[in-house]
Amino acid sequence: MKFNKNLRNIFLILFATLALSACSTAKKSQTSGDVYTGSDTVEYLASGVKDRVFFATNKSSLTSASRETLRKQATFLRKNKKLNVTVEGHADERGTREFNLALGERRANAVKDYLMTYGISGKRISVISYGKERPVNSESTPLAWSQNRRSVTVKVK
Amino acid sequence: MKKIIIFIFIYLISYSYSNALIKVDITRGNLDPLPIAVSPLHVESASENLENLDTKKLGINISSIIEKNFKSTGLFNPLKREAFVQKPDIAHLKPRFEDWRLIKAQALVTGKLSVKDKKLKVEFRLWDLTASKEMIALSFTTTPSNWRRVAHIISDKIYERLTGEEGYFDTRIIYVAESGPKNQRVKKLAIMDQDGAKTKYLTLGNELVLTPRFNPSNQMVTYLSYFRNLPRVYLLDIETGKQEVVGNFPGMTFAPRFSPDGKKIIMSFAKDGNSDIFTMDLETRVVERITEHSSIDTSPSYSPDGKYICFNSDRSGLQQIYVMKSDGSNVKRITFGNGIYGTPVWSPRGDLIAFTKVRKGKFYIGVMRSDGTGERLLTENFYQEAPSWSPNGRVLVFYRETKSGAQGKGFSAKLWSIDITGYNERKIKTETDASDPSWSSLLSK
Repeated sequence: MKFNKNLRNIFLILFATLALSACSTAKKSQTSGDVYTGSDTVEYLASGVKDRVFFATNKSSLTSASRETLRKQATFLRKNKKLNVTVEGHADERGTREFNLALGERRANAVKDYLMTYGISGKRISVISYGKERPVNSESTPLAWSQNRRSVTVKVK
Repeated sequence: MKKIIIFIFIYLISYSYSNALIKVDITRGNLDPLPIAVSPLHVESASENLENLDTKKLGINISSIIEKNFKSTGLFNPLKREAFVQKPDIAHLKPRFEDWRLIKAQALVTGKLSVKDKKLKVEFRLWDLTASKEMIALSFTTTPSNWRRVAHIISDKIYERLTGEEGYFDTRIIYVAESGPKNQRVKKLAIMDQDGAKTKYLTLGNELVLTPRFNPSNQMVTYLSYFRNLPRVYLLDIETGKQEVVGNFPGMTFAPRFSPDGKKIIMSFAKDGNSDIFTMDLETRVVERITEHSSIDTSPSYSPDGKYICFNSDRSGLQQIYVMKSDGSNVKRITFGNGIYGTPVWSPRGDLIAFTKVRKGKFYIGVMRSDGTGERLLTENFYQEAPSWSPNGRVLVFYRETKSGAQGKGFSAKLWSIDITGYNERKIKTETDASDPSWSSLLSK
């Protein structure tokens, strides 16, 4: 009996350790710094062409993953010459409304500028900032906030 | 608006500040609220009964509003009517001071009203029960449908007499009424009396609207609308409902406010991702650039004399508050504390700037002197921002949002107010969720 109890405890500890490490790796794989790196909310403009990039808190700089996404968007836009897009800039809910509007505008323009350096005419890209008004994930958690700090490239119909 | 002008006849004034014994100290908060008895106004028996208006109940309805106003200040303690010792009409003629003192009242409000020829006539008196004398007596004549405003104006007159400062009850609040899920919020402009009565919706909710602000003259409001998905600053005439875009900017304009004289709108204009501050003269349509910097410059607010502007910028790296001359020169950073600062708003008295501060994941509403010294944080919460001043510079109204669970469950946005002493925090009742409040100046001035 006693041996059994010990064994059970060991199993419990082992299990808990495994579960914990699984948790931490899951988290790690979804954000880097506080930039979202997962794909839960991401949609696609075409096969393999992600529609959005993510930002760090208060920042509008593009990560290398973001630049890769945007180069794919540029390639896609070069192939579809008649297509125009709107880049929506968004912020998380952890800032004041007016500053977030400015921040969203800055993020959308960071994307527009990058697309332009890859040969897409600025005339094909309009920008709009929604600040914190249109979260993609409505939960009040750091993960949701990282998914909401984004610029989304949307086809203009 | 014009049709609700109220004729005020001051027929008897006994201002005698030197002799007044009761005075409410409003600089220290509500540690010891003044016990006040508001006797229901006596309704004269010859009064007409009007359609949609039960004249008989008017006396008690007006006194209830006055009591509610007083209670909301935290400075007064309106006593229970059941304890009152004299009939309203007799008390109005001459109170038995010693009897009122027995119920521990220090001030007494009495009054009477009549409705004749479709005119409402109201008179009231404020009595100092300690000194056994009348402090103020006034009478008003107006259209009967204005009875709520009469109650607010009486409240203002009494507040002024007892505190020595202007009241703020005959005022309105414009705000954004919210409904629907958090990721698809429907937002409408709404306006209500300061006490939450008479809510009126000014837009239908077809497009996103944000940050309405009053013109000091109260007729006009400036706000941000996403009409046709083009976020621009608009001007709205509350009376006529007429709306127009402010200026002809090739990009987003936002964060609008009026200049103190109401002649200009100051706002941010975003070009190529960079937001700077501009003004537009509403008469001449002349647009002026005020800041030119590669950082975000937004949330501008004039000092009441129009000589200075405070604003929000991240030119130091993070959001901080700056002050400059109204032509854009002499830019000075005024916030250096730990954390980031936003939404500066200059007090109508000129002495203080209210702001939002974010530090270690908490949001604070605070005030500081216009040079950045004397910072005082009034309230801490998960999320709150956008303070707006009462016209006398004593109270701030702001909005608060709750933390939400998955799919935005449990999310709400509400208006709150707090004294600049840090006391008397109150939720303001609104029909719907609410945000972005802006307080009007006194309607009757």
